[in-house]
Amino acid sequence: MSILGTRVLRTEDPGFLTTGGVYTDDVVDDRLDGAGHVFFVRSPIAHARIRSVDVSAALEAPGVIAAFTGDDLADLPPLAPPMPDMVDGRMAQPLLARDVVRYVGEPVAVVVTEDPYQGEDAAELVDADYDPLPAVVDPADAADGSRGLLFPEAGTNVTVTFGDAAALRPDLFDGCEVVVSRTIVNQRVAPAPMETRAAAAAWGEDGRLTAWIPNQGAQDTRGALAEMLAIDSSSLRIITPDVGGAFGAKFGADPEHAVVCWVARQLRRPARWAETRNENLIGMTHGRAQRQVITIGGRRDGTVTAYRLEILQDSGAYPRFGAFLPMLTILMAPGPYAISRAEAVARSVVTNTTPVGAYRGAGRPEATAAIERAMDLFAAEIGQDPGEVRRKNLLPRFSEPHRTAFGALYDSGDYVAALDAALGAAGYSGLREEQVKRRAAGDVIQLGIGLASYVEITGAGAEAGGPRENASVEVHPDGSATILTGTSPHGQGHATVWAMLASEELGIPVDRITVKWGDTDLIPEGGGTGGSRSLQQGGVAVQQASRELLGMARERAAAVLEANPADLVFEPERSAFEVAGDPEAAVPLATLAAAERLVVRTVFIAPGATFPFGAHVAVVEVDTETGKAVLRRVVTVDDAGTVINPLLAEGQRHGGIAQGAAQAFLEEVIYDADGNPLTASFADYPFLSATEVPSFELADMATPTSYNPLGVKGIGEAGTIGATPAVQNAIIDAVAHLGVRHVDMPASPQRVWQAIQEAAAGKDA
Amino acid sequence: MIPAPFEYEAAESAAHALDLLARHGEDAKLMAGGHSLLPMMKLRLAVPAVVIDIGRVGELAGIRADGDDLVIGATTCHADVAASALVQSQTPLLAYAAAQVGDPQIRHRGTIGGSLAHADPAADLPMALVALGGVVEISGPGGTRTVGADDFFAGFFETSLEPDELLTAVRVPRCPGPDWGYQKFVRRANDWAIVGVAAAGHRIALANMGPVPVRARAAERALAEGASVADAAGLAAEGTDPAEDIHADRAYRQHLARVLTRRALEHQTG
Amino acid sequence: MQIELTVNGAPRSDDVEPRLLLVHYLRQRCGLRAANVGCDTTSCGACTVLVNGRSVKSCTMLAVQAAGQEITTAEGLAAGGEMHPVQQAFRQEHGLQCGFCTPGMVMAAAGLLAENPHPTEAEVREGLEGNFCRCTGYHNIVRAVLAAAESMSA
Repeated sequence: MSILGTRVLRTEDPGFLTTGGVYTDDVVDDRLDGAGHVFFVRSPIAHARIRSVDVSAALEAPGVIAAFTGDDLADLPPLAPPMPDMVDGRMAQPLLARDVVRYVGEPVAVVVTEDPYQGEDAAELVDADYDPLPAVVDPADAADGSRGLLFPEAGTNVTVTFGDAAALRPDLFDGCEVVVSRTIVNQRVAPAPMETRAAAAAWGEDGRLTAWIPNQGAQDTRGALAEMLAIDSSSLRIITPDVGGAFGAKFGADPEHAVVCWVARQLRRPARWAETRNENLIGMTHGRAQRQVITIGGRRDGTVTAYRLEILQDSGAYPRFGAFLPMLTILMAPGPYAISRAEAVARSVVTNTTPVGAYRGAGRPEATAAIERAMDLFAAEIGQDPGEVRRKNLLPRFSEPHRTAFGALYDSGDYVAALDAALGAAGYSGLREEQVKRRAAGDVIQLGIGLASYVEITGAGAEAGGPRENASVEVHPDGSATILTGTSPHGQGHATVWAMLASEELGIPVDRITVKWGDTDLIPEGGGTGGSRSLQQGGVAVQQASRELLGMARERAAAVLEANPADLVFEPERSAFEVAGDPEAAVPLATLAAAERLVVRTVFIAPGATFPFGAHVAVVEVDTETGKAVLRRVVTVDDAGTVINPLLAEGQRHGGIAQGAAQAFLEEVIYDADGNPLTASFADYPFLSATEVPSFELADMATPTSYNPLGVKGIGEAGTIGATPAVQNAIIDAVAHLGVRHVDMPASPQRVWQAIQEAAAGKDA
Repeated sequence: MIPAPFEYEAAESAAHALDLLARHGEDAKLMAGGHSLLPMMKLRLAVPAVVIDIGRVGELAGIRADGDDLVIGATTCHADVAASALVQSQTPLLAYAAAQVGDPQIRHRGTIGGSLAHADPAADLPMALVALGGVVEISGPGGTRTVGADDFFAGFFETSLEPDELLTAVRVPRCPGPDWGYQKFVRRANDWAIVGVAAAGHRIALANMGPVPVRARAAERALAEGASVADAAGLAAEGTDPAEDIHADRAYRQHLARVLTRRALEHQTG
Repeated sequence: MQIELTVNGAPRSDDVEPRLLLVHYLRQRCGLRAANVGCDTTSCGACTVLVNGRSVKSCTMLAVQAAGQEITTAEGLAAGGEMHPVQQAFRQEHGLQCGFCTPGMVMAAAGLLAENPHPTEAEVREGLEGNFCRCTGYHNIVRAVLAAAESMSA
């Protein structure tokens, strides 16, 4: 019986559960003996000219080894933005601020101490003097330059534009019987992995740097770090310890990581750093942060014929991945719908806020939130059921790739089936009946039902020739095996699933297969883990390597057994080749490995990205007197092709649903008008707890893709893509009969209550 | 984040704690469970030179009945107050309030005296004490005194405790029976109240509707004059001056106070 | 100053700075690194340990306050190499992903079940309100605690 598709328990769990994982701050290593502890001094002001940074008093404090400012690092290049050709290079972030600080939390100096406790004491003695400049916080102000420029030399706050706003068709909505338009907010949120950022760095006698950094791909981190340190990648070894969550925000490297490595080189002693949660909430990149204008038009029979999405992307103070999120949002703008006329444009701007980067979904949740809100606005306008309107406009089932107007090539899809399965599992008609009753009775607690259909893109690589990943599989003389992978798990369970994939081919038990990742000397190439790429490229590469290894072993076994390779059969239960019809004539893989190393490295190249899809149904209760929404149910269909380990795939969905729901009603990074962060601790940033969500109801659907032999697509981000609009739509639906058409996220009690008041007063809400 | 350096003294008795307070003066801070003070010290909003630990002083902990009152030692933790059969049966509002503080771990360490002395206007126990009309017992160099709840809270995170004084116990009247209600409006279970309302009979206390926990006196008066619960609750925000923050503006807080007061007077909890 | 206490059943005596937080004492002095620091505000519970059998956030307790007390960490929960029923249930139900919140979550769950051996789902959720997890959406954590309750009473 195949091990694939079964609920294999994770091999990595016993350690996590008993001694705990070994995260960067837990690493004990001879090379780090005597490490100095780095503590960052950060700007307390959103926008200012730095007059001076005086570290002399700090240098006198107990335990202080050294202190450095931006001037000390002036020779080092700044953090280059992704796709540097598309943005003004003068907008790059220096490793430590020199002349100007551009967000609260921007590093301006470091102190290095013998003991970690001494750093915070000494940092208080660093005297930084600032001349405040007007803070540009609202992206609309940034776009029109009315509050000034972050980079006057660039002459604009606009970092990058996508599409030509001047070329938008004035006639796009001509002929529509109904047109609805609305400005909506996809608010800024904090990725907030439970493990904050950290680094440990040691330079060897040979002049090479070894750096332990929590990341999503050691090879990518190596490249980013080498660039900032102006050294060759070959002089740098990245080791990835256990990583306590990342959610897109631990890709590459941040200026702080480079500073820690630089400090270690400067002081000729190892250095390490572990940030506080306060630093994490202002220093780690944020996510989302789009303002969108959605316009949707069509016929009163429910047919949508035209859709326009205009995006204003807040990049934060320096253009990082966030500036480019609109690329993915535009690509996925029409979602799973057949809309004959659609267009989308975007501008990204810098503001005096924490830089924006990737956060679980990265650009696609923003696309889904926009079109799903638009669908509900359209349905409300024509007085039709939102499920019906969706069904009418979804692309019909297709098995040959479908090219959209925005250039996306959807590999396979059955969106109507997904929607119907979700509605069926939720008991949709019964819910609507219950809603009618409560409305008729005028209950204080009203029921809301929200839908979201989605299609997303996973495994989109930038490599020419197709997205790819490598894997090595080696069978050892003792019958065990080792897998090297270019992916980089941080909770996803690759150690278990990659072992399942090799076990399936090689007949070696999962618990005898070791999976290694995240050491760039051992695995020089790899794309890491992000964008839901790992299984469909890295996992498939493991399967491919295992098969290639068997092919090689077959030749060797044939030589040993003096048989024709074609006459051999592989017996997984013995992990051995035997001559067909003569089980006595057999040679195990282990024996072959004892004679000669039995190892294969391979690269799997995918024909392209895959497009998982699904539908979510959320049920909420809203207290119409207070505006508070309580999430009662989330029912989802998430079709990501073949499922290799349902236990882990479900875990990915659960986590994503919770994060997605949290964005809809709870989470938001908030700044005041001067750019001061108001959500810089877990006491203020409303991180979801177990009491705000129910258990989730998952329905199964699996449409394999033809893009890889496993038939798998990505599942990591489905939850944040589908759940956010489903929950938001549900909250609005609960008060729709009171005249409410829209509530921005997070749909906080005050926002919902105000929307009810405004609707009652006859204002358009 | 870690506290600035300090000296540590472990008090062996209430009298010893008072001696230590007298010796170290205003540089010293008392700590029992540390769940109000330590977070402030980690943020360096509190930088005491000396911390006097009263967490091991047995005479300051415990729950007993005394005539018409319950007396709860200052260092009794929230979990013990919440789980006390005596408190549950005699003053159920207080047991309920104690069970709403923070989360289980916080309730295992945080103490009733510490919470009251911290005087967070959004916190559960100050509001409960005001609703119940309880008093705090205070020892100082000049002897002991008692202060009523309405007078104890002097301002935003301020009480009438002098720096050389020790809050030793809390005394609340026995109010058995169902004539109470408690409403804590939060977005997450473990948050501080955006607005809180505790009603004990016709006494109504509001949390986070001003710099201190306040009585809804207009509503109380209306009830005394025979007004309906709904009409009285409509007056709950009279005279309040709530702050604005990321969760609620002034008008919304006042609206919540009215809605939640009605629910509390209807003996609802939530 | 000198403190004497019991950590995972073994008596210890150490000289500590008064401001040393219990979590750092455990991590740096005892080499017990299962408990993690996930926030600074007594919010996230990643540092949860048992003090005299009750769950406590060790980032909000001084090591000197632990003098004379019995501390149990996730390392001490597994007796004789056998995982505690709560730990087993977390594995069985896939109640962990990145693992960072896990030791604290396990200790909070163990503390919860010691006080309430037969909790409902709602009671489990409320009992874990002081422990944040970013990966699991709490779904499988709740299942794990309910499963542990069942196996411990069987």
